[in-house]
Amino acid sequence: MSLKVDGLSFSYGRKEVLRNISLEGIEAGKLTALIGPNAAGKSTMFKAISGMLKPKAGTISLDGYHLSSLEHSQRVRLVCYMPQLFAANASLSVFDVVLLARKNLSGWSVKKADVEAVSRLLASLGIEELSQTYVSNLSGGQQQMVSIAQALIRDPQVFLFDEPTSALDLRRQLEIMTAIRDAAVERDIICLVALHDLNLAARFADHIVLIRDGQIAATGTPSQVLSSRAVTQTYGVKIDIITSPEGQIHVSAFL
Amino acid sequence: MTVASTSSQFETSNNLARQYYAKLNRKMLLVAAGLILMVASVVFDMTSGPSDMSIGKLLSIIISPGSAEAGARVIVWDLRLPIALLALLVGAMLGMAGAEMQTILNNPLADPFTLGISSAASFGAALAIVFQWSLLPDFGGFIVSANAFLLAVSTSFILFAFTRMRGVTSETMILVGIAMMFTFNALLALMQYAATEIQLAQIVFWMMGSLARATWTKVGICALVIIIILPWFMSRNWSLTALRMGDDKAASLGVNVRRLRIEILIGVSLLAATAVSFVGTIAFVGLVGPHMARMLVGEDQRYFLPLSAICSGLILSLTSIVAKSINPGVVYPIGIITSLIGVPFFISLIIAVRRKSWQ
Repeated sequence: MSLKVDGLSFSYGRKEVLRNISLEGIEAGKLTALIGPNAAGKSTMFKAISGMLKPKAGTISLDGYHLSSLEHSQRVRLVCYMPQLFAANASLSVFDVVLLARKNLSGWSVKKADVEAVSRLLASLGIEELSQTYVSNLSGGQQQMVSIAQALIRDPQVFLFDEPTSALDLRRQLEIMTAIRDAAVERDIICLVALHDLNLAARFADHIVLIRDGQIAATGTPSQVLSSRAVTQTYGVKIDIITSPEGQIHVSAFL
Repeated sequence: MTVASTSSQFETSNNLARQYYAKLNRKMLLVAAGLILMVASVVFDMTSGPSDMSIGKLLSIIISPGSAEAGARVIVWDLRLPIALLALLVGAMLGMAGAEMQTILNNPLADPFTLGISSAASFGAALAIVFQWSLLPDFGGFIVSANAFLLAVSTSFILFAFTRMRGVTSETMILVGIAMMFTFNALLALMQYAATEIQLAQIVFWMMGSLARATWTKVGICALVIIIILPWFMSRNWSLTALRMGDDKAASLGVNVRRLRIEILIGVSLLAATAVSFVGTIAFVGLVGPHMARMLVGEDQRYFLPLSAICSGLILSLTSIVAKSINPGVVYPIGIITSLIGVPFFISLIIAVRRKSWQ
């Protein structure tokens, strides 16, 4: 299974945010990182793929099937977008909101299997002690963990994670990126992750797409993209790439 | 990931499921308890009044009105029953309207009163009382209610139009509501200035909010509106719950946020406008009921919405009892009593909100 984006353009009023973006070869079972500076168009691209925004031009297809031909409710079952911000101030428990994501908004009652699935996921993510805590009482990092749990409890064909590690401590960042990569491999689904941390992208991604001003600036394997001049030009910083004997890439940036 | 053994993880997940079911049972019990209290309050409301009546006598008159003496039958069937039921239904309508206004506007201070809908209804009523102007044709004896209804609905939509403007925060919405309230109050003052003494008395009495205007027709219309709106709202329970996590998150779960807001606003307008147009201004019931429900069962709409209706219905029913118990023989307008109780609650809520979650 693969995702293809062809000639995607989008504008907020007169401001062009995505300009004729085309991407091919986003394969299932692999993790693709979307990198780029703030306001480069990463979130807008995710929202366009998920169907939350209607593009001005271009198509998005899954195995050749155009996603625009689907109803919004059908599309969100295929494509799961995890927004960057999770500003919940609701009197809803962590268990409630994760179950809500599992329910697909249908029916009154809750199946035993769904309750068990949520229980297992919370336990496996190590946030079981938060189960009955209201989301309004969580820290930013804890809310982000819950948001990730809301995505992982679903069963889509495409995952779009928008900066899933931005509010997390170092250990949680590694845990979450591992969980996301495992989900991509074990479920054999397409997984795109928008990241600011180039080291996380280098460590976990199989493929990197660099976006600048709403256009693709570079695409390829981590070593190809991160060592390209495009990264230096895009971020306006000097970059040193160190490759360890195990083949692990480390990125250091300087002004 | 936490390094936990498979068996302990299995045990943990079993515990989480048990905790969830225990919470669910508690929520159902609270809704059931609310219902019982509500029924008890209605029965007590009907037995209290200048003419004392035992529960047994009340039930016998309700079950077989034909065999009851004429005076007692009139008291129960023409006076107490419609008033007690209208208190309950109007309270429930205001509670549902307040709960969903707070949900779709993401604002804990939203209710028909604070957003100026009640003031708009009062102005509509005054138009009918002073000039006999009917904004809707052929409403005969319902001119006052029809005008109040139309103005209340229009105000709801003006508020909604503001929510669609970019950069409008929930605080701005409340300020717009207050601006509406002042505007309609000024227009109302103009009406009062132009009114005759009799008309002025009518306007003032209308504004105080009273159940004395209860009739079986009004009870029937209120019941019908609830029967239509409650299942309609309940069918969107997961979407409304999802909306509390923010627009983006709700949309990512498949909620058509814009359509949901419009649908719910139509329902809320119908509820608030019907309630206010029949009984006048009744402040804070739509605010206090949902907050009580939120404290008891949280915001899972499957329990939050019915309990908001129950709590608000219960509050208005109890207020109706208080209104006739303060000074035996005199029934005070309930709008005065709800305001007296509601204002301290409103202030404490504002203080609590600054500290707690809703920010």
